[in-house]
Amino acid sequence: MQYALLAYGSQRTHAGPVEGAMADVLARPYVTGWARLHADGSATTVRNGDGRTLLTDGPFIETKEYLAGVIVVEADNLDAALAIASELQDTRTSGAIEVRPILEALFHGA
Amino acid sequence: MALDGVFREHRARVLATLVGFLGDIELAEDAAQEAFAIAAERWPRDGEPDNPVGWLISTARNRAIDHIRRQRVLAEKTKLLAREFTVESEATVYESATFPDERLELIFTCCHPALALEAQVALTLRTLGGLSTEEIALAFLVPTETMSKRLTRAKHKIRDARIPFAVPPGHQLPDRLAAVLAVVYLVFNHGWGGGRVDLATEAIRLGRALAELMPDEGEVLALLALMLLHDARKDARIRDGEIVLLDDQDRGLWNDQQISEGRELLKQAVTRGETGPYAVQGAIADLHLQQPRDWQQIAALYNTLSIQTGSPVVELNRAIAVAELGGPEAGLAILDGLELDHYRYFHSARAELLRRAGRDDDARRAYLRALELAQTDAERRSLNDQLSQLSSG
Repeated sequence: MQYALLAYGSQRTHAGPVEGAMADVLARPYVTGWARLHADGSATTVRNGDGRTLLTDGPFIETKEYLAGVIVVEADNLDAALAIASELQDTRTSGAIEVRPILEALFHGA
Repeated sequence: MALDGVFREHRARVLATLVGFLGDIELAEDAAQEAFAIAAERWPRDGEPDNPVGWLISTARNRAIDHIRRQRVLAEKTKLLAREFTVESEATVYESATFPDERLELIFTCCHPALALEAQVALTLRTLGGLSTEEIALAFLVPTETMSKRLTRAKHKIRDARIPFAVPPGHQLPDRLAAVLAVVYLVFNHGWGGGRVDLATEAIRLGRALAELMPDEGEVLALLALMLLHDARKDARIRDGEIVLLDDQDRGLWNDQQISEGRELLKQAVTRGETGPYAVQGAIADLHLQQPRDWQQIAALYNTLSIQTGSPVVELNRAIAVAELGGPEAGLAILDGLELDHYRYFHSARAELLRRAGRDDDARRAYLRALELAQTDAERRSLNDQLSQLSSG
């Protein structure tokens, strides 16, 4: 079963390449895909209103900590997914990781 | 009627095996319900089967498989399940089927830290205690619909996030067991507060099941001992609807059999080297049952417990013991450092010590604050009684 680990971090997070312990974790076989996201300031939100598409500058939900990355992992159950999440969180200095079971997924490329 | 008792006794076991098999508590509950309905119809007519648990599980399992087969549009996982078990369900052998007891797996699932504590409590009472949603709602003073939603949400999370149905491995066991025991003790303490559903008895039933399933865990035995020792005073604690303080209780009403069972369990726990918070609390409960009370030891044990838990409520209890040893001002000195303004027993205990110290005006204010926070009529009457004695004296 697949789980999405949603990694939240602060705006101050350095945007350099992934290295060290975090890179090690992301290279593990149970990590089936991952994406690091640019900070909140880069977000544009699309929604429907009055029969047309409305664009807003910024994320859908303004929070102090923004969604910094999405990691997809393969795990037998929630405990196994939580163990990977805490392994990953241990390589970070702040923020938090939300773990969600994936209902259905399709990934191309990468 | 006798059949109800049989069902109640077996329900948790039947349900546990079904949850393990189906990975879905809702589906398991529906199937178990159907099996019990069939049994209620057949058993009085054909006699109770030799292996009632095996019969109920087999019947429920077949019903669940039928149900899954009938459902056309289902998630991939469930479709797989239906395919896997098709063959097996064709031939049904009720009597010979034996199933391992999986209640322990179920309780660890229900008390998983990925669920909110209130959901853990409700689920445990529902699945292992066999309480109805209405009963649980009543016990926790929330509308039935709220409780129903809380239970449904938790069951869906267990299924969708795949919270494991397993006894946690060694390195996780201490933490996870602590969570299970916390749920049971919370149920017990809620039972002390009153209410129509006897949660204290329910918590003891859960405690007994745990002690049966994990006989080598000292903390499990200690928790059961603690609950039995407290509960033994149940009949003496209320007289004509009024709360009776420990020193005024009729000891003839104490349940001696429960006290000796509690003491025996406590001894077993301590023999296993258990010195955790439940063992310490059990030892304190035991000391409170002895006459005269050994306040020196009680204060020392509260001190140990305070270091273990860091709980201000424990400090409150230590203050009461210290006041017995060194006078009310010594107890009040401890109370002054605690932040427990929201806690009703803080104010009633403080009022009592202030009264003993001769500070009547301060005592009166503390009683009034305790009255504001009182939750039952019996508490209010008891406090009013003490307040009026103060005014007249």
